[in-house]
Amino acid sequence: MASNIVEARGVTKDFGTVQAVKGVDLSIAPGELFGLIGHNGAGKSTLFKMMLGLIPITAGEIRLDGDLVNGPRFRETRRKIGYLPENVVLYDNLTGLETLHFFADLKAVARKECPALLEKVGLSNAAGRRVREYSKGMRQRLGFAQALLGTPRLLFLDEPTTGLDPGAIRDFYRILRELKGEGVTMVLTSHILAEIQERVDRLAIMEDGRIRATGTVQELREGMNLPLTLEIAGGAGLREQVGRVLEGLAIESIEETGNTLHIRLPRDAKMPALTRLATLGDTMRDLHVREPSLEDVFFGYRN
Amino acid sequence: MFSIDFRQIGIIAGKEFWDRIRNRWVLAVGIVFTVFALVIAYFGAAQQGAVGFRSIDVTIASLVSLVIYLIPLIALILGFDAIVGERERGSLDLLLTLPITRKELILGKYAGLAGALAFSTIAGFGAVGVILSPQLNLNALFHYAGFMGSAILLGFAFLSLAVMLSVFAADRTRASGLAIGMWFFFVLVFDLLLLGALVVTAGDYGGDIFPYLLLLNPADVFRVLNVFSLDEVRTLYGLATVFPEALSNPATLGGVMLAWIVGPLAVAIWRFER
Repeated sequence: MASNIVEARGVTKDFGTVQAVKGVDLSIAPGELFGLIGHNGAGKSTLFKMMLGLIPITAGEIRLDGDLVNGPRFRETRRKIGYLPENVVLYDNLTGLETLHFFADLKAVARKECPALLEKVGLSNAAGRRVREYSKGMRQRLGFAQALLGTPRLLFLDEPTTGLDPGAIRDFYRILRELKGEGVTMVLTSHILAEIQERVDRLAIMEDGRIRATGTVQELREGMNLPLTLEIAGGAGLREQVGRVLEGLAIESIEETGNTLHIRLPRDAKMPALTRLATLGDTMRDLHVREPSLEDVFFGYRN
Repeated sequence: MFSIDFRQIGIIAGKEFWDRIRNRWVLAVGIVFTVFALVIAYFGAAQQGAVGFRSIDVTIASLVSLVIYLIPLIALILGFDAIVGERERGSLDLLLTLPITRKELILGKYAGLAGALAFSTIAGFGAVGVILSPQLNLNALFHYAGFMGSAILLGFAFLSLAVMLSVFAADRTRASGLAIGMWFFFVLVFDLLLLGALVVTAGDYGGDIFPYLLLLNPADVFRVLNVFSLDEVRTLYGLATVFPEALSNPATLGGVMLAWIVGPLAVAIWRFER
């Protein structure tokens, strides 16, 4: 049995003279929630489609749970995966329940699973309504229920929260946490980096057809060595006192908004700075250490 | 490469078929067939001053002219977006991530649409057959059933062409344009071209192969298939003197029609799997 549920080796995709994906190696362990990010045209959609077996691979190979994605055991492989496309297009003339029945039949999953899945995604009340009457968010939830048919071991989620309201996004990630607890592996792409930075276990940044970096968000931050920001709230004279205690440290900048100071400093200056700031006592009302966001990391790698 | 799972074909076919039942496509087409067939059966001879059913041969000959226009058009409309429509809407990718091969998907789509077309043809023309049955003997009923069967084969052939162009077309707009072009070519232009060639050459060249060239058009195969089964009409058309004996065999013509069904579908599968 393969140790990684997704294993891509030297994957290349040519479209005529354009090379969209260039020798990508990628390993995803069972149970991981893995993010794939990159700007438009970076190659992540092409890689995603190759992982799903939708487009042929020019060179290299992709194995899902040990089997080639379009190999002789492709039916067994596909029964293990669920896919939620970015823009879910289902059949307007079918009801929500009929839609799930159709996909359940194709996946050889018992139809009795369907009502529970509709309940899980909050569509029980709309099960008998035609999909043409569904809002975009409801279609997305129905698409998600479709992806969950047959308790897949591997879920591919392409911009999964597109069209969902904040409540539905929270529910969606709650379900992902439950699935993760059940050992389901998930690969997701998203443009909303703030949304996934606290949720993925690891991620890969794609740029120009290559994977530029892979790791946890923290590993990527450290790999980039981006500056941290200390946010300090306090009263009058705060700036002068902070400036005094931090003198001699490699501070990049200090900005003031209202009663809060924003101090950018290198990661290795964090602990010395905190030790010195502790001497200020009541002069500080509050202090936050703000790590670089995933967006900062992403643009750091791009630049 | 992969074995065919007929269950998957059946699921896709079932959905396509019930979609057409549900959106009343089958009902509408069936009614169109019934109304046209009834009008032709009872008022086909009105120009000669007679109203009412005359003979099954004349009725079928009139229906053949109707079906040659109508069924190819309906089949092309039915199938032109079978694949390109799914691709354009974005649902094709989702289907192809399921445990189904591209071949099974096409065959399922084709089978479902063909089922809907056959059902509406049988219901539409069958209803007229039932209405006329008191005036028909067994031989006439046999001819009428043969006409219905060949009409279904004609529909299948054009549906196969429609699915083929649906695989090749880049978008639905182009697919619909190609479908219309295909209808014009096979139904209106093809025979004119052949006749034009015969007239221009004064029949000196290619006269012998002329009947064989008709086999390159499924609409003509359908016409010949029906007209040759009707003694009264065959002499009327004078075809008995022109058409070679070898080609007038219904089994041969049926085989050619089968080739028109299988050929484009095979090309569609080949292209879709690339």
